[in-house]
Amino acid sequence: MWQWIHKWASPKHFYRVSTRGAPWLWGLALILLPVGALWGLAFAPADYQQHDSFRIIYVHVPSAMLAESCFALMAVCAVVFLVWKIKLADIVAKVAAPFGASMTFAALFSGAVWGIPTWGTWWVWDARLTSMLILLFLYFGIIALRYAFAREHSGGRAAAVLSLVGVVNLPIIKYSVEWWNTLHQTASFSLTKAPSMPESMWVPLLLMMLGAYALFGAVVLSRTRNEILRREHRARWVRALITDTCDKEH
Amino acid sequence: MSSEGGHSWARAFRYTFVRDLRLRIRHGSEWGSPLIFFALIVTLFPLATTPDRTVLVTFAPGILWVAALLAVLLSLDALFREDHDDGTLEQMLLSPVPAWLLVLAKMCAHWVMAGLPLALMSPVLGLMLALPSSVFWVTALSLALGSATLILIGAIGAALTVGVRRGGLLLALMILPLYIPVLIFGAGVVRLALDGVDVTPYLAILGAMFAAALALSPWASAAALRLAHSG
Amino acid sequence: MACGPYWTFVVKCRARERRARRDDPARDNERQVGLRVQLEGRQLGCERDERWLFQALEFSIEDGDLCRVEGPNGSGKTSLIKMLTGQLEPSEGAVLWQGKPLPKARAAFHGALVYSGHLSGVKEALTPLENLSWYQAIGIDDDARSVAACWQALDAVGLKGFEDIPVAQLSAGQRRRVGLARLHLLNRPLWILDEPFTAIDREGVAALEHLVAEHCHKGGAAIVTTHHAFSSVAFTRRIGLDGHGGHHVL
Repeated sequence: MWQWIHKWASPKHFYRVSTRGAPWLWGLALILLPVGALWGLAFAPADYQQHDSFRIIYVHVPSAMLAESCFALMAVCAVVFLVWKIKLADIVAKVAAPFGASMTFAALFSGAVWGIPTWGTWWVWDARLTSMLILLFLYFGIIALRYAFAREHSGGRAAAVLSLVGVVNLPIIKYSVEWWNTLHQTASFSLTKAPSMPESMWVPLLLMMLGAYALFGAVVLSRTRNEILRREHRARWVRALITDTCDKEH
Repeated sequence: MSSEGGHSWARAFRYTFVRDLRLRIRHGSEWGSPLIFFALIVTLFPLATTPDRTVLVTFAPGILWVAALLAVLLSLDALFREDHDDGTLEQMLLSPVPAWLLVLAKMCAHWVMAGLPLALMSPVLGLMLALPSSVFWVTALSLALGSATLILIGAIGAALTVGVRRGGLLLALMILPLYIPVLIFGAGVVRLALDGVDVTPYLAILGAMFAAALALSPWASAAALRLAHSG
Repeated sequence: MACGPYWTFVVKCRARERRARRDDPARDNERQVGLRVQLEGRQLGCERDERWLFQALEFSIEDGDLCRVEGPNGSGKTSLIKMLTGQLEPSEGAVLWQGKPLPKARAAFHGALVYSGHLSGVKEALTPLENLSWYQAIGIDDDARSVAACWQALDAVGLKGFEDIPVAQLSAGQRRRVGLARLHLLNRPLWILDEPFTAIDREGVAALEHLVAEHCHKGGAAIVTTHHAFSSVAFTRRIGLDGHGGHHVL
C-alpha cells in the first residue's frame, strides 16, 4: 500500500500518468465555462430585485469557492508533505498558492463591483468581504515566505507550516470578524438571500462552478507538470524525454 | 526517574528563563525600544488626526491596541535570531530537555521584557488619549493577556523566518493576518469598558485564545525551529 | 557589547560569593562513562538540491571508537554530522542509536551527546560561568547541582581567572575554549566535533587532542571532522566522502 502510494507520488510516475489527464481537464473547463457564462450572462432571467447586476454572481461565487478550496488543498498538501515527505505535495501547494490568491482577488473585485449597485459603494466592512481580504493577506504571506528561502526545500516546509497555522486560524478569524461586524451595526445590509433561485438561474451557476473547478484542476495539473520538469531537469528521465521529443520533431 | 525528570525539566526552564532575562537586561536598549516605539506610535495618532479629546477617546482603544501590537511584532524578530546566530539555538535543540519547554521559557522571558511593560505603560498613554481612569485596569489587563497571546502566535513566525536574513517585514506579512482576532477582542474589551458594559465575555474569549495559543504554539514553534534549522 | 562597567561589577561580586562556596567536595576526577555508545548509519543518503552528496553509507560506531569524517569542501561532511546529531533528517536510510531510529530515541541520544559545531554556542553577554551553568541545566547533568563542576571545567580548558569576565571581552580562541569546556562539564559518552581545532593555539590543540584520546581510551567515542592529523592517537574509523556521491568507510 505504502509503496504503491510512494510510487504513484513519485514525480516521474505522476508526470507519465498525468500526461493524458491534463488535456481532458482543459477541454472540460473550456466547454463548461463559456457555456455557463453565456447562459448566465445572456439567457438567464434577471433578478426581480437586483435586475442585471445579480449576474455578477456567476463570477463571484465560483471564484470565492475556489479561493477557499485552494487554501484547503494547500493545507492538505502541507500535511502530506510534512508527515510523509512526499515532494509532489509541495509542488502542488506551490503552484496552487498564486492561483488561490488570484481567485481571492477576483472574488474581492467582483464583490466590490457588485457593491456599487447594491450598497452604493465599492467597499463595505461586511464580515464576508473582510474575511476574504484577510484570506488574501494570508495567501500573500505564504507566497512571500516560500520565496524568502534560498533553498527550495526549506521554503516549501516553512510555507507548509504557515498554511497549517493559517488553516487553524481561519475559522477563528472568520468567527471573530463576524462578531466584530455584528457589534458595529453599520453594515447591516448584507446580501439578501434570493428566495429559492429558479432553475434557469442556478443551472448556469452550477455549470460555472464545475467549470471553475475543472479550470482549477487543469491549471494546477499543468503547472505541477512544468514544475516537476523544472525541479528534475537533471534527472535522466527528463533528459530522455527531451531528446525523445526533439527526435520526433526532426 | 519521572519525578527526577520533572525536577530537571523545571530547572532547565528556570535557567533558560533567567538567562534570557539577564541577556535582555544587559542589552539595555533591547528591552527599552519596544516601549519607546509604543509611546511614539501613540503620539503620532493625535498629531495625524485631532487633539480633540471627545474624538480621541473613541479612537483610544484602537490606537493603544494597534500600537502595542506593532511593538510586539517588531520585538519578535529578535526572539530566536541571536540564539540562532551564535549557535545556542542549535544546542537547545540538542538538549535532552524537550525543545518546546525551552522555547516556552524564552517566550515567558520575552513577555516579561516586551509584553508586560506595554501593559504597565498603557495607563500613562491612556491619559494622553483622554481615556477615563476607570478603564485603566481593564486596558492594562487586556494588553497583558493579549500581548502574551501575540507573542505566542508570533513566535511561530519568528521561528520559521529565523534562517532568513532581514526577515522583519516578512514576519509582519505572515503574522499580522493571524493577529486580527486578538486585536478585535482586545480592543473590544477596552471599548466595552468605555461604554460601561460588562467586559467578562470578551475577556473570557481573549483568555480562551491565550489558552489555545499556549497549548499549540510552543510545540509548533519548536517544530518550526527544527525545520528552519535543518534547512 | 553594551555590558557596562556596572554589570561587570555586579557579576564580579556574585562570582566572589560563589568562589566562597567553592570548597565543594572535589568531583571525582575519574570520568565515568555509563552509557554504551552504539551509533549506526544504515543506507544513509543525503540529497541537496536534486544532487546526491552520498548514498548507501553504512557504518557503526561503538565504545572506544575515534572516528574521522574527511572529504573536500562541499562533500557533505557537515550534512553528515547534522544527520548523526539528529538535526537533519536523512534523505534516505536511518541513523540508529542503540538500535532505535533517532527520532524515536531522541531524548536518550541527546542525553548521551556533546556536540560542538561551527558556531561557538556561547553567549557573548554572559560570563563563561553563566554560560556553563546554563548548559548544565539544559543538559540534565547528573551532578548538575554543583557549581564546582563549572569551575573545574573552566580550569581544565585554561580559563582560570577569566570565569567572571563577559565572553565578549575574551579572544576568539578563548571563546572557543568556553564552548569546549562543555566536554569537561557534561559527562557524556559520545562526542561529535565539527572542526574543533579552528582558532585554537598549538597548546590548546595538543590539550584537546589529548582530551579526545583519553575519552576514547576510557570507553567513550568521538566523531571528528578535521584536516588535522592527531599525533598521539590513531583513528579507529574513517568515513571519507569524495564529493561526487561516493564514499569509503574504514
